[in-house]
Amino acid sequence: MTEPLLKLEGISRAFGGLKAVQNVSLAVAPHSLTALIGPNGAGKTTLFALMSGFLKPDSGTVRFAGQDITGREPHRNAVLGMTRTFQIVKPFAAQTVRENIAVGAHLHVRDRAEALRSADEVAQRVGLAPQLDKPASDLTVAGRKRLELARALATRPRLLLLDEVLAGLNPQEIAEMMPVVRGIADSGVTVLMIEHVMQAVMNLAEHVWVLAQGQLIAEGSPAQVTADDRVVEAYLGHGTAARLRKAAAGATP
Amino acid sequence: MFDFSILFPSVLNGLTTGAVYALIAVGLTLIYGVLHIINFAHGASLMLALYAVYFLKERWGIDPYMALPIAILGMFALGYALQRVVINRAGHGKDENILLATLGIAIVMENLALLFFKSDTRSIDTAYSLSTVAIGPAMIAVPKLVAFAGALVVSAILFWIMGRTDLGRAIRAVAKEKEGAKLMGIDVDHVYAMSFGIGLACLGAAACFLLPAYYVNPQVGNGFVLVAFTIVVLGGMGSFVGALVGGFLVGVVESLGGLYLGESLGQIGIFAIFIGVVLFRPQGMFGAKA
Amino acid sequence: MNSGAKQLASIALFAVVVACVPLVTTSGVVLNFVMMALYATLIAQAWNILGGFGGQFSFGHALFFGTGAYIQAIAQLQGGINAWIALPMAVAGAALVGLFVGALTFRYGLKGSYFALVTLAFAEVFRIVATSVPFTGGGVGLMVPLRESVGNMQFASRGGYLWLVLSMVVVALLVTWWLRNGRFGAYLQAVRDNEDAARAVGVDPFRVKLAAIGISAAFMGAAGAFYVQVFQYIDAGIAYGSVVSVEALVAAIVGGMGTLWGPVLGAAVLHLLADLTRNLFGELPGINMVIYGTVLVLIVIFLPRGVAGVGLSVRQLWNARGGKHD
Repeated sequence: MTEPLLKLEGISRAFGGLKAVQNVSLAVAPHSLTALIGPNGAGKTTLFALMSGFLKPDSGTVRFAGQDITGREPHRNAVLGMTRTFQIVKPFAAQTVRENIAVGAHLHVRDRAEALRSADEVAQRVGLAPQLDKPASDLTVAGRKRLELARALATRPRLLLLDEVLAGLNPQEIAEMMPVVRGIADSGVTVLMIEHVMQAVMNLAEHVWVLAQGQLIAEGSPAQVTADDRVVEAYLGHGTAARLRKAAAGATP
Repeated sequence: MFDFSILFPSVLNGLTTGAVYALIAVGLTLIYGVLHIINFAHGASLMLALYAVYFLKERWGIDPYMALPIAILGMFALGYALQRVVINRAGHGKDENILLATLGIAIVMENLALLFFKSDTRSIDTAYSLSTVAIGPAMIAVPKLVAFAGALVVSAILFWIMGRTDLGRAIRAVAKEKEGAKLMGIDVDHVYAMSFGIGLACLGAAACFLLPAYYVNPQVGNGFVLVAFTIVVLGGMGSFVGALVGGFLVGVVESLGGLYLGESLGQIGIFAIFIGVVLFRPQGMFGAKA
Repeated sequence: MNSGAKQLASIALFAVVVACVPLVTTSGVVLNFVMMALYATLIAQAWNILGGFGGQFSFGHALFFGTGAYIQAIAQLQGGINAWIALPMAVAGAALVGLFVGALTFRYGLKGSYFALVTLAFAEVFRIVATSVPFTGGGVGLMVPLRESVGNMQFASRGGYLWLVLSMVVVALLVTWWLRNGRFGAYLQAVRDNEDAARAVGVDPFRVKLAAIGISAAFMGAAGAFYVQVFQYIDAGIAYGSVVSVEALVAAIVGGMGTLWGPVLGAAVLHLLADLTRNLFGELPGINMVIYGTVLVLIVIFLPRGVAGVGLSVRQLWNARGGKHD
């Protein structure tokens, strides 16, 4: 198997008495489109923060492209090629869409004019071209999600960590956004997404990790994982899997 | 240098000053704890209160201690009005705006005082201004003793209000959970204004205790602003106990600092504490970790 | 011509027009007014770099002004150094103090109100020290003797001083232009608008903020040095007192933070107001500051983006509607 792009080994983090993440190990293959799922409060966003450097783990290591980056500052990780988005979007509200994206573009581009042009291109890719001159504060939720994505994309990442990029979108917006994510992965960027929208997970992800109460309880293809009893129970409660089977067995004539 | 007969009076003086500081700081920490704003106008408001107490004495012969109810109510009214009319409007959702608004108010207060009262330093003479009481080897001025006792009494009353009255409960509710309080039918705007009013009322009381042993000019506010902030930050933003303990601590530090370094350089000790606490332990002694 | 080039052209135009003022009038009143307005503009611009573009509100910006002023005075008085050589020393000294304060406060993640208060605390500490130590003249202050000559940076007429401060203002305008149109400025504003988001896309907030405070402090230092040359006197109250800190921030906010012309507009408006008041009410102590404070409160309530900010919003609105729409 090729060297994983991102490798977590034994990552743990507690806040006071609360064990937010416990002994999580996973490996993200390069050029893959994968997902991290789990019920609310499972620690998924905390895990993203630990990967990207916004939080330091209590123990364990994070390796990116073979390098140990445990606890490194997020901006340094961005330079190495790991960019994350935020579950609650963080636009530069006072600036235009173009200016927002340009900040990301500047990671590799010094010249202002070139960065702004690069921003225009990225906006095209995610469908934000008509809104380039608008202040970010004027965008709808869907628009802001796209902006968050575009700004991260402009940094030309090797690994893109998308935190619930589909949350808050209506079905049509989801249907429009999914091909964009697919397109990004197709262009060579490794994508790891936290997602609750199962439709996206089933359709897009090649491999899924399931986090519950800070621990990795299952991994595999989307089909495998959703059939796993432990995963069902994590979402729906203890004993549910058996109950559902019984109900299904009882329902068939 | 560490002679008890020099240290003891210094510490005692520090405690008496500290009690008044504590009262000032309690008002500031209340305002922060409830409204989450840093009232930059606290020092200037104290200065206005001092002038009020001064004129009550000079023009109408009202003794500062008799003036307590007037000063408290007057400052309360000022605080209520300021919050309701000016500060409430300045928010626009950004903390910085409110900070700027209170800065603006402070500037206006200080310079209106300069305009109307000129920059002369004034103080009052009362029958007891110069009397002292002996405590051990120390001779403590009577006004300072009264200030000490008075500040503690007022703080206790405030504590009681916060703990035992409906208003106090409403204030604590709003401080903890504004939206929830609204849902319970509490008029948050009113509570905000009441809190600001109480915060300033503390200054009214402090002024009555302070003036007999101190003085007033348009600039005194500046000196008190940073001291008050140092205490609040040291004690922990929003913590009553912290403000009390912090007040005494700072009072003593200032007194000892003045003893060993001279008055002006002693002041630096306070600023050094402020900068140090803010940098290295911003939650102070009793505050919640941000 | 793109907007960046247009802005440069307007800066050039401004420079030329103002530079002509001493050539078309010898009126001491007018020259003095323009000179002082430019001085006010300079400190507002300095504050704007850190406050408007960087989002870090300093309440003690006089700290850097006073440092520059004292260095300018002491270099000449005690070092026998020529005023023109002292000037870069003053600027550098102020910048160093800025970097020191910045390193301390940003390293510990100080923001918002805490940052404002700490800067004020530093200014106060310096003020107290300056009142106490001998080499700053203690409570009496320092006087730079009158030795009129261009070589000593002392000009026979206000015109010379006007050109001096104008060149400082133009440099500040160019730096501000660079902030509006370059990568560093984009990074600085990103940190201002959302520090975490900036970090996620590769911006180092500490370095960016540190550079901003250094640059801002440098300009304040220049203003301090200028003050010493014009008034030939400095003391602790003027150097580190609240008047300079307040003037700088009120003018920047009133004019519109984070804009190129905001500080110029704000300084001009406030100065006109001050002059008007002086004509209407005479020389009343403190009246200026009452006006500044009131204007500050009014602006915060009604026009939080300042005068230029109104223009900015109008322009953005125009582009968004006139251009392609959603």
